[in-house]
Amino acid sequence: MSRIIYRRRLWIAVLTAALLIGVIGIPWPATAAPPDALTIAITARAFAYAPESIRVPRGARLTLTLESLDTVHGLSLDGHAVEMTAEPGRSSRATFVAEHEGKFKFRCSVSCGALHPFMIGEVVVEPEVPFARVTLATLVISGSALAWFWKR
Amino acid sequence: MSARFELTRDPRVRHILASRWLPWLLIAATLPFFALAILTGLFGTPAGNRNFGIVFVWVVWWAVLILLLVPFGGRLWCAICPIPAPGEWLQRRAILGPRPGGRLHSLGLKWPRRLRNIWLQNAAFLLVALFAALILTTPLASAFVLLLMVGVALATSALFERRTFCRYLCPVGGFIGLYAQVAPLEVRVKDRSVCATHTVKTCYTGSEAGYGCPWLLYPATLDKNTYCGLCTECLKTCPHDNIGLYLRPPGADLVTGKGHRLDEAYKGMIMLTCALAYSVVLMGPWAALKEAAFAIGTPGWFAYAFVFLAANLVIVPGLFFACAVMSEQISHTTVPLRRLFVDYAYALVPLGLGAWAAFSVSFVFINLSYAWPVLSDPFGWGWNLFGTAQWTWTPYADGLLPYVQWLMLCLGLVGAIGVSLKTARDHHGRQVAAMPIVAFCVLFTLGLVWLYV
Repeated sequence: MSRIIYRRRLWIAVLTAALLIGVIGIPWPATAAPPDALTIAITARAFAYAPESIRVPRGARLTLTLESLDTVHGLSLDGHAVEMTAEPGRSSRATFVAEHEGKFKFRCSVSCGALHPFMIGEVVVEPEVPFARVTLATLVISGSALAWFWKR
Repeated sequence: MSARFELTRDPRVRHILASRWLPWLLIAATLPFFALAILTGLFGTPAGNRNFGIVFVWVVWWAVLILLLVPFGGRLWCAICPIPAPGEWLQRRAILGPRPGGRLHSLGLKWPRRLRNIWLQNAAFLLVALFAALILTTPLASAFVLLLMVGVALATSALFERRTFCRYLCPVGGFIGLYAQVAPLEVRVKDRSVCATHTVKTCYTGSEAGYGCPWLLYPATLDKNTYCGLCTECLKTCPHDNIGLYLRPPGADLVTGKGHRLDEAYKGMIMLTCALAYSVVLMGPWAALKEAAFAIGTPGWFAYAFVFLAANLVIVPGLFFACAVMSEQISHTTVPLRRLFVDYAYALVPLGLGAWAAFSVSFVFINLSYAWPVLSDPFGWGWNLFGTAQWTWTPYADGLLPYVQWLMLCLGLVGAIGVSLKTARDHHGRQVAAMPIVAFCVLFTLGLVWLYV
């Protein structure tokens, strides 16, 4: 590798690192204060949750109730210590504060049939700052890759 | 090619690779697991997450294959795959040692010239992919697919020469070969002039030391990993010690621009589309899509099948073709459009591998803990062989997974951008012509990012 290309790529690497740090660390505008408490009822039946996707504001104190319509189902929320089990006629509930923005999948934690591993829903804690940051970071990396591989 | 390092320069490595015991031992190690996967599929519990056949094939094996073996070893799996082993042993009438002259016992038919490509592998993969929701979750269906593969491999080896099944039919081998181009490992000839003067070509015909290339390759012309099964027969049969195993920069095959074909280009698009489709259907929150994919024969399934096949065969290739047209318009090149379409499609190889790694990492880490109970109770009959039968399901690294997925997508995207620019330079010197392809890759990546993060 010639000295010129080496220097150019060094600059690209440094600039990319700086931009990525900026994208990850830049403060995000604050949003309106969340409601004190939210309660959302989720019903579970073979391989499906209703609602499939739940959107809540960051900081909300969220209570989930899980009701099963057919057999025993569970609900385990990624990135949170939330674990519930329900069976027909016996629902369960869990309360937590949605502290972190982003998309968190919840999954059935009790073997319930063929598609059990794919029984998935999601809680989206708004604003979706992680998605925005990761999108910007992807664009930074794309630009850097273009600059890195571009030949004069 | 200067950045290559010959691993077989070390006599100990060469001795191990040239040993007839190595492939036999590796296959002997995988064969019992494979047999158990079929037996548990046939006779075990129908609950997929309690059945060895589902958990060890579609979680453990898949994780090892797509996250380790393919990215770092290329077709390493093909060297230890038990599926063609019975057929190959029957062909050879030997399990370990070479027979005099490497003679094979089969009708020795030549595979039809028109089918000497991977179109049948593309079709076979799409067929399996179409029924994936069933095959991934139903032990009996999974066992049936594995048995079918063994049966076809056996029949093919009885009728046709060498590993015709692996080369032209195996649905798994097709995509492993495509993505093996990314791997930093290759078997190559050291000095082609030595091969030119070696009239016997024992690497292809076989000798007392071993069999002719089971993959129907002439190693002297080997310039990409796609069809080399890393079986190391050529290391055994070359009398001039002229074949080595090399470490190389990842993706080296993709920047040579050699041997690009429409069937491989389509494979790249099919793989990319399937990674997206599975991420939406299986790992997304939309239950109606999962139910449609699973309920085979219902109107919902037919609608799903239509959209799935259209996306794989028409929509994604069509969008990519439109990008190739835009590239042609920007560059005013005289290169035929079909050539541009095919060559640019190789940018989808790193992109697709990144997408499959990203999809797989979430599926695998979330479900890996099912492996411990089925080790103790593979059939789901209430055994507790190792005391792990009651271990409960625990998703691993669930909070981190979206970011690991994003990282894998970005690695694939960076590789795709590098290949796109190189292709543009090779064809018309104007790198800006690659921008439509780059935009396609970035938008695809952002689509998956939206699903995951």
